[in-house]
Amino acid sequence: MDEVDKQIINHLQGGFPVCDSPYQVVADQLGLTETGLISRIKALLESGVLSRFGPLYHAEQMGGALTLAAVKTPEAEFDQVAEIINAFPEVAHNYQRNHELNMWFVIATDVPERLTEVIQEIEQQTGLSVYNMPKINEYFVGLNLKA
Amino acid sequence: MIDAIDRQLIELLQQGLPLVSRPYAVIGATLNLSENEVLQRLSVLKEMGVIKRLGVIVNHRRLGYKANAMVVFDIADSLVEQIGGHVSQFSFVNLCYQRPRQGEQWPYNLYCMIHGKNREKVLQQLAHLIESCGLRQYHHEVLFSKQCFKQRGALYQALPEQEKV
Repeated sequence: MDEVDKQIINHLQGGFPVCDSPYQVVADQLGLTETGLISRIKALLESGVLSRFGPLYHAEQMGGALTLAAVKTPEAEFDQVAEIINAFPEVAHNYQRNHELNMWFVIATDVPERLTEVIQEIEQQTGLSVYNMPKINEYFVGLNLKA
Repeated sequence: MIDAIDRQLIELLQQGLPLVSRPYAVIGATLNLSENEVLQRLSVLKEMGVIKRLGVIVNHRRLGYKANAMVVFDIADSLVEQIGGHVSQFSFVNLCYQRPRQGEQWPYNLYCMIHGKNREKVLQQLAHLIESCGLRQYHHEVLFSKQCFKQRGALYQALPEQEKV
């Protein structure tokens, strides 16, 4: 990853244009050619520096539901529980954190009722209580990380 | 409201924007829409907030952001909105939410994410935040992530309209 890649990452975290030739617009802003920009984005996706290139949706606006959930998993069962939880296609991220509540995951579903079902199914399959912490208010979402 | 075509568009876009000169024309061709119609629909979806942002999602670990802290505070309910707004002004706070307390075992209601290159730096930033926002009186905990098992965007399917509530 060189300086140009970093510029591309920083620029695209701010958004991508909706117009007929969006790569050309961004390439002009960065002093690159359109094909040069496209091939660099492709390489960054292939190497995994970029995990996605596309839209970030607002689950509730789409009629779906989203929550942050956590379980207290005994250390000995950790991998097994992670496997059960990650097998749900509705589970978007899952992080181990250094706390008694040691597994934290995001559940996103197409319809709100499915969220309740997923939580119940996880509780049944793991035998653990799921802490359900949907957002009440969002003060800030601007996850831009400088490359 | 979003219609069945919007849902198809949303489902298709989740696979990523095509890496070609006219990406929206390619998406349109798959859905039997003109490039112009795709552009119009996307603009409306952005305006409505269904699409929060179009762009890249970085793998923060690959960019060197290895210390990912979730900081949780127990703030008086009457002050959480004001403090949440204040905390969000700091550039190193990447996300900030109010969430429901979970009884005595987990009394926290304000969540802030701080992503940094190392733990020391994140803890310094947190100390600065606590000092600047007058949060010393509120109980807090810092949960660093140890391992990421799964990281991807949520997937949405284009459900037929009649199945939507």
